[in-house]
Amino acid sequence: MQKFKPRIPGFLIGLKIVIGNMFKTLLPFFENPNVNYPFEKEVLAPRTRGVIALDSEACTSCMLCARSCPDWCIYIEGHKELQPPSKPGGRQRSRAVLDRFDIDYALCMYCGICVEVCPFDALFWSPEYEYSEFSMGDMLHDKDRLDEWLKTVPESPGLES
Amino acid sequence: MSQTMDPNNMPFLSEASVSVEIETEDMTLNIGPQHPSTHGVLRLVAKVNGEKISSVEPVLGYMHRGYEKLAEVRTYPQVTTLVNRIDWVSGFANEIPFIAGAEKLMEIEVPERAQYIRLILTEMARISSHFVFNGAFPLEIGALTPIFLAMEDRERVLDLLESVTGGRFHPNFNRIGGVKPVAGAGPTTKKDIQDLPAGFYHDTKVAMEKVLKAVDTFEDLIGGNEVFQARTKKVGILTKEVAEEYGVSGPILRASGVEFDLRKQSDYLPYDKFDFEIPIGENGDCFDRWSVRTSEMRESAKIILQAIEDMPSGPIQAKVPKVIKVPKGQTYVRAENPKGEMGYYIISEGGLGPYRLKIRTASFSNISILPIMLEGALLPDLIAIMGSLDFVLGDVDR
Amino acid sequence: MSFSSELLIKVLVVLATAPVMALGLTLLEVKGSAWMQRRPGPLHVGLRGFIFPLATAAKYFQKETIIPKDVDEPVFKWAPAWVIAAVVGLFTIIPLSPTLIVRDLELGVFFLLAISSISTIGVLTAGWSSANKFSLMGGLRAAGQLIAYELPLILSVVGVVIQAETMSTVGIVEKQIEFGFPFVIAGQGIAFIIFMIAATAEMMRTPFDMPIGESELTMGFMTEYSGIRFLIFYISEYINLFVMCAIASTLFLGGYHIPLLPTEWVNFYGPLVLIGKTFTLAFLLIAIRWSFPRFREDQLQTLAWKVLIPLSLLNIMVTAIMKVVF
Repeated sequence: MQKFKPRIPGFLIGLKIVIGNMFKTLLPFFENPNVNYPFEKEVLAPRTRGVIALDSEACTSCMLCARSCPDWCIYIEGHKELQPPSKPGGRQRSRAVLDRFDIDYALCMYCGICVEVCPFDALFWSPEYEYSEFSMGDMLHDKDRLDEWLKTVPESPGLES
Repeated sequence: MSQTMDPNNMPFLSEASVSVEIETEDMTLNIGPQHPSTHGVLRLVAKVNGEKISSVEPVLGYMHRGYEKLAEVRTYPQVTTLVNRIDWVSGFANEIPFIAGAEKLMEIEVPERAQYIRLILTEMARISSHFVFNGAFPLEIGALTPIFLAMEDRERVLDLLESVTGGRFHPNFNRIGGVKPVAGAGPTTKKDIQDLPAGFYHDTKVAMEKVLKAVDTFEDLIGGNEVFQARTKKVGILTKEVAEEYGVSGPILRASGVEFDLRKQSDYLPYDKFDFEIPIGENGDCFDRWSVRTSEMRESAKIILQAIEDMPSGPIQAKVPKVIKVPKGQTYVRAENPKGEMGYYIISEGGLGPYRLKIRTASFSNISILPIMLEGALLPDLIAIMGSLDFVLGDVDR
Repeated sequence: MSFSSELLIKVLVVLATAPVMALGLTLLEVKGSAWMQRRPGPLHVGLRGFIFPLATAAKYFQKETIIPKDVDEPVFKWAPAWVIAAVVGLFTIIPLSPTLIVRDLELGVFFLLAISSISTIGVLTAGWSSANKFSLMGGLRAAGQLIAYELPLILSVVGVVIQAETMSTVGIVEKQIEFGFPFVIAGQGIAFIIFMIAATAEMMRTPFDMPIGESELTMGFMTEYSGIRFLIFYISEYINLFVMCAIASTLFLGGYHIPLLPTEWVNFYGPLVLIGKTFTLAFLLIAIRWSFPRFREDQLQTLAWKVLIPLSLLNIMVTAIMKVVF
């Protein structure tokens, strides 16, 4: 026959945890995990995929990003301009000029394939996330707006040794 | 009335039998697509007799997104992006078997550092998924506090995932041959190596300490509570034979007593270098399923702490051509997802993308046992059983 | 003052105080539960969130009352009235001090138990008349639960009545003052625990909130109510909490009495002491609500019929024997 061992019933331990939590929230020397959103903002990691920024000077409208997007949400239009030759008597050079570069953020999957395949360093990730709109049409960011996001692109963090 | 009274032939009152059965039909209760407890849009057409369920028929397909068709017209990196979204709670773990299948067809050897990084991130995804389980399962049973505690600690793990990959749920970090090597293809972005960022080891150790403490809290607050034990012990018992017949996998199979874990049986990731146990249950009831998942969280935290100590150095992606064409062939790779066993059957005809991709998900096979387990159960038991199976509709319907 | 005008003033005071107490308890519940879950709770409503109950009440006043097409209209519309009549009627016998009581009836405790059973009708008719299968199930579960837990409630109070030899609530408090110890120490400890469990079940709070069962039935018998009718159900739950805790502190914890304070001033500190004891018990019930899952209803019924009723009968027997022998 087993000896009767009194044990603290489980629900009392549970009550102790719950009431202990209450004191942890009220007393100021425990860390507060809450971020009071509109007034305080969390600090995000530098690699966070928030919004894509475009450096339109560097873009040559090669269409690699538009082709590799899984959603086909990048719309690019460009034209070729003739420029004077570098040496007199040489051939006229042509340069691609970007007319229109839109990213439709209502479709964008935030996958990053476009940033990865661009060979000219024209697209960057930035951790901004507060750009929601009231109408779906406003989610199409055109060239100027994408240029503005360039200011928010952070420095890349150092690596673990 | 099952007995008619004939006035000329009335029995003596003491002989009249008093069993009168009232014939009623079972009520058809539609636990519809919109319900607080089905994890998504699952419809159960249940025939109830009072509180007892006589039969239940799940109706699926409310969330079918056509992954297998979408994959036919996309290239391998694009499919990797899509595949994250099948089981959206544990994003990273969905990419691993697909990429492993493509690497098997191309016969590429993945460098060791990349394998370790994949393993660490997969285990973090497992911890994240089990946190959601530990928050949502008591919520359906009625305990309203653990979900807040679970989500708070889960945020620390998701912060780690975000600092490495850039995304919390949909990391899109695996590439054929390893993990994502550089941030882009241009002159400066080629130098931005996407290895583990500074401070990762310290932050991981802090987060894993929190995870271990959280597991102890859950075992006291949830598992030790007598009401929880009364609601989940001996409820929804799944025997070994039925589980093996119906093809369930993952923690449900292990809770029924079968010792089967693809992490020890298969070698898609270097799990044999680490020392961890596999929790096995005894009875196969809801309490065992809860307890197996909670113990798995502890084992995953131990694996991550060991992996951080012995991380090898080296490249994080093997040498692959710029435009990847996978040679002709067929292969099937399966992996141990947090919800069960996930597998991808890839048929490749040498193109830029798969010719045909068949996805075998864990939750689809797991909920096939619902009609068996729910027969004769009470309505609150249905909620407890569905919560303990821990399925996600994205996994079921793809 | 004549009897009827005094009674009228007392009734008006009760009708004014009951919602205020309920709103105070709502605040304790909302903020207290938030602190137990490591979050601040409502913050931006005003004054760090402490205006929240007033905001809730005001919100329900301006909502549209939707009545579904197939309901049984008179029954549906009058269901909340039963519930709130039952709980506000219980204020009649709560003693804030030996003289501050609406009517010190000789059969105070008996009146209490009779009136509190009226709310069962309201709950059952609310569930049945809503044309909704889930509400029906909530109402039927509620009927079974409320009727089952009436018995432990009554039987646990009978022990107190035997020990105090009177059913008037003021008399019971006076008897505790005479003993020197509140009844919870002086022999009715088990009855106190049984009363608290039965009261939690009568109020349909977790762990006994099967009729409401949020994750299964999305509000159970109250699903189809909106606007002011839902506010009445909601407020009556908190008034019920207040009243049950007040009765428990009167019968078991000594009511308006605190030792060491002079008894001439009892009209001033009596209400404060009683409200303090009530809020402490209510806090305990709130902490229990936020840490327990809910019982399945057959486990609920097993608890009532097979555990609580035999224990309370045993308690009565022991109390009666002690009363006769000593």
